[in-house]
Amino acid sequence: MVYTSEKPPLPVSLDELRATIPGWGADLDPKDRPSVPRERFDPAATGAHWEFPEHQPEKWPRERSIEHAALTPVFGTACPPSGLSGAIRKYAYRRYSEARAAHWLLLIAADRVNTVEASVTALLRGHPDNPVTETGILSEFSHRGLSSRVGRKRADVKHQWLDPLLVAGPWVLRGLLISRLIKAAVRRARTARG
Amino acid sequence: MRAMVYRGPYRIRVEEKDIPPIEHPNDAIVRVSLAAICGSDLHLYHGMMPDTRVGMTFGHEFIGVVHEVGPSVRNLKPGDRVMVPFNVYCGSCFFCARGLYANCHNVNPNATAVGGIYGYSHTCGGYDGGQSEYVRVPFADVGPSLIPDWMDDEDAVLCTDALATGYFGAQLGDIAEGDVVAVFGAGPVGLFAAKSAWLMGAGRVIVIDHLEYRLDKAQSFAHAETYNFTEYDDIVVELKKATDHLGADVVIDAVGAEADGNFLQHATGTKLKLQGGSPVALNWAIDSVRKGGTVSVIGAYGPIFSAVKFGDAMNKGLTLRMNQCPVKRQWPRLFEHIRNGYLKPSDIVTHRIPLEHIAEGYHIFSAKLDDCIKPLIVPNAA
Repeated sequence: MVYTSEKPPLPVSLDELRATIPGWGADLDPKDRPSVPRERFDPAATGAHWEFPEHQPEKWPRERSIEHAALTPVFGTACPPSGLSGAIRKYAYRRYSEARAAHWLLLIAADRVNTVEASVTALLRGHPDNPVTETGILSEFSHRGLSSRVGRKRADVKHQWLDPLLVAGPWVLRGLLISRLIKAAVRRARTARG
Repeated sequence: MRAMVYRGPYRIRVEEKDIPPIEHPNDAIVRVSLAAICGSDLHLYHGMMPDTRVGMTFGHEFIGVVHEVGPSVRNLKPGDRVMVPFNVYCGSCFFCARGLYANCHNVNPNATAVGGIYGYSHTCGGYDGGQSEYVRVPFADVGPSLIPDWMDDEDAVLCTDALATGYFGAQLGDIAEGDVVAVFGAGPVGLFAAKSAWLMGAGRVIVIDHLEYRLDKAQSFAHAETYNFTEYDDIVVELKKATDHLGADVVIDAVGAEADGNFLQHATGTKLKLQGGSPVALNWAIDSVRKGGTVSVIGAYGPIFSAVKFGDAMNKGLTLRMNQCPVKRQWPRLFEHIRNGYLKPSDIVTHRIPLEHIAEGYHIFSAKLDDCIKPLIVPNAA
């Protein structure tokens, strides 16, 4: 009991656990665990045969955190920044450290801009986004969408209705915006003619 | 080559991409034979991770066959069957030299607070991942290992993250003989953490989730007592009752950023992205561990602030331990445990999905359809 000095007894004895659970206690000694101690100085153990790695060629000005002294010798080369989203990303990296909320909020904003840019570009290139196949929504019919939810005590069902709004909402808003712009342009053209 | 590409929140498709070239003398190009979708991939999929760019290929759990090596690679050759830890790391910086492979300082120019991770946004270095037919693997002499002949592919792919992370999480708990260990989250990492807690001598292992089929798995696979938090008004009080009001000695948060159980936290953290994630499980962990106990955090959170109950943690004198797992440090011991039959990672695999159908795989995993626990991705080139 917590209000006295002894630890509450276990429902099953340790001997019984040892006898019934495969491997029980195989790592019992805390000092003999792979991540103990947390820091173990052993540079020879990693397989690195360099003191400092050679630099990978920088094929375009690679954005980096201003908390780094210089560009790291190796880096990913996926999806170089481009367009408006690229400009926002470069600004976020150039201006704000990782300690500033503005850094991360700008990067998230750039992600949303990037999505719009990519949708427009895909359309222009003749390979438009297909919300049905890209969301995998048809698996709702092939993988028990209804019975996976109904009658189950799932907490996430309470907010899953938000997901279609989050996915479809921006598309609907964009559609409304475009139709308003077109209507306004038509109205202006008629006014100019008349 | 065919590769999964991100198109925006909740949308992905498979596209044709160039086979990645050697970019550094110690690179290898690996032809992927098996990959997996990780619970943390869902954070990217849901648009939660800053600087996730359209066109990026996800996937940090994969194995394959070496296709090509750079001129300075000594330990691998084309044709080798390899497993690749999710960490991209140099092996020679201040942190790598001390075994903190997940915190390498030489591979991620985009951030100093996190190391390099395959297919995990530019915040984690901007590397394309392994949910594709080929992938670039930097520092081929450091990260990848030959898969032992006796190990099958499904066990091997789970060693690249989920199993290693769960096992690491149990170590972070500093479990002593007879400790009561509570694990929040019965996903792959939580199941492996629960199973690992026994190896370290736990006296009781309790798993908490809201998905009944996963709790059933926690009972059968990890011999755990289970609690469905939706059945109780307050899961913290229930855990106190279950432990004679002492609280668990060790609590492991194996949920991370998309925790359920509090609508406001979930909506602000996960849907509106106003937090670095929904810290419901972490707050429950802080409140249900005993005073002086240890909370181990292996669930992934984003880099923005989260509404964590830090005052309770301070007043209770807790030890909070956390990190991304340094995967390769765990492998020799995990290989022993698998060979001895103490662990059988592939027992948690529920779905095997062709790369061409990966969009459906993400939806099934994200929406928890069809009793999904762990989906694997099979590239066409395998």
